[in-house]
Amino acid sequence: MSDLYHVSSSPHVRSKDTTGRIMFYVVLALLPTSLYGIYNFGYRALILMLVTIASCVASEWAYNKIVHKKDTIADFSAVVTGLLLALNLPPTLPWWEAVLGGVFAIVVVKCLFGGLGQNFMNPALGARCFLLIAFAADMTKYTDNMSQYLVDGYTSATPLAVLRNGGAVNTMDMLIGRIGGTIGETSAIAILIGAIFLILMGVIDIRIPASYIITFSVFMLLFGGHGFDGNYLTAQLCGGGLMLGAFFMATDYVTSPITPVGQIVFGICCGILTGLFRCFGANAEGVSFAIILSNLLVPMIEKVTVPVAFGVAREKKAKEGGR
Amino acid sequence: MNQNVERLYNGIIKENPTFVLMLGMCPTLAVTSSAINGLGMGLSTTVVLVFSNLLISAFRKVIPNGVRMPAFIVIVASLVTVVQFIMQAYTPALSASLGVYIPLIVVNCIILGRAESYASKNTIVPSIFDGIGMGLGFTLGLTCIGLVREILGAGQMFGIQVLSLSWFTPITIFVMAPGAFLVLACLVAVMNIVRERMEAKGKPLAKPSGCMTGDCAGCGHAAVCCGKTTAEALEEAKTK
Repeated sequence: MSDLYHVSSSPHVRSKDTTGRIMFYVVLALLPTSLYGIYNFGYRALILMLVTIASCVASEWAYNKIVHKKDTIADFSAVVTGLLLALNLPPTLPWWEAVLGGVFAIVVVKCLFGGLGQNFMNPALGARCFLLIAFAADMTKYTDNMSQYLVDGYTSATPLAVLRNGGAVNTMDMLIGRIGGTIGETSAIAILIGAIFLILMGVIDIRIPASYIITFSVFMLLFGGHGFDGNYLTAQLCGGGLMLGAFFMATDYVTSPITPVGQIVFGICCGILTGLFRCFGANAEGVSFAIILSNLLVPMIEKVTVPVAFGVAREKKAKEGGR
Repeated sequence: MNQNVERLYNGIIKENPTFVLMLGMCPTLAVTSSAINGLGMGLSTTVVLVFSNLLISAFRKVIPNGVRMPAFIVIVASLVTVVQFIMQAYTPALSASLGVYIPLIVVNCIILGRAESYASKNTIVPSIFDGIGMGLGFTLGLTCIGLVREILGAGQMFGIQVLSLSWFTPITIFVMAPGAFLVLACLVAVMNIVRERMEAKGKPLAKPSGCMTGDCAGCGHAAVCCGKTTAEALEEAKTK
């Protein structure tokens, strides 16, 4: 009886959700993508995933040990960061560069700002951008999916680069994932399976990915230079990190707005920036930069989209009417 | 300790402009992509600083208080022009790589800061030593940052390849702008750790004696001087 009769002040949290549980769902949702990445790129992809996860978990443990903070590796967030980081890396990246990326993600982007919940940008994307600037050559060396059967692999352009140079791509291959790219971004279908799982489990909300993808599509129709070309649009949507970014990176709880309107605004920001970078930028891809730039806007977005509390709006209207 | 030696120690260690006072951040971040650039920038600033301290200290009684800032600027700008011409004549390569940051020494806050807070209130000889100390402290800071960035970003040390490119992939981000912030932050953190250790041992290394900026919001030492105003901090330093 005393267990049921529990007196406490509001808010009364009845959900059994914990950080660890949510992170576990995200890992589950990333499984199809990860498995497809391993199938597509071979053992190197698996090694890279293990390396980044180990590096993230180890650096979180070491940082907390050094600064005498509570050990937080049990909340699984470092594992998710490591896995997401690996999915954003090309499979041929040297392992020590991946380790450096994991350390950067956890120590510089997350822990120095106060740990999980305080980071101002997505740690995995922050590390990806760091690696992209630090090791530009290694980070843009994409291999074809067949290269796992060769010793060194051979480089091939990603569909986005082909599109940019005016070439044609096979959209069916892009949906399934038989293309070059980073480990986790190739298969749109595998990503969508995970995303639907997360949405059904209530872990992520559809608002950010939906507004992101819709805005991006509209932008590409207007400024892509191909008019209303379904093939081109599908290729742009499935190519690069857009799907992975929209469903797994932009929806990060810490670095996305908590207000419903703010989430839509955030998605629109991501969509416009991605479109801008892809159409007018120097590179074929711009999802990671678009998302971390939008991450920086989040405090401002939240500030202007605070929902009106119950009863307040009416008073304001009454005042205006009285004037 | 002799006042002149104390000035040197003060500039290089105790109130190091780069790591302790956080002054002159613009050239610190912009030109330190290699050790030689940092050294060149530091030394040219030192030359300007020494002569501007000398001249300002010499003229401190004839410069009216109301127009002291324009007067300081005129003195500093003339000196910078001289240094710029000398560098263009004798070190054209360095001059080209430092570019616009040589003329920008005019607005370096270390120079105006020392003119305002030290040279305009003290006699010539200590002012010269203050300039040398501060200048060398700045040079030390810039060279350290440049050295770290050059080693990580290019595997070189003063232009000589020390890490073989056969096994070392240069981390190019360190010779670019973001690398400057990362390296500076790490070096300042190291400096703060050293200072804390020394204080714990009972040998306080760096406690700025007086407020340089007079504005606690923009100063990294609000915690050290506990928000005391410039006058209070100076008073306390005197009574000690």
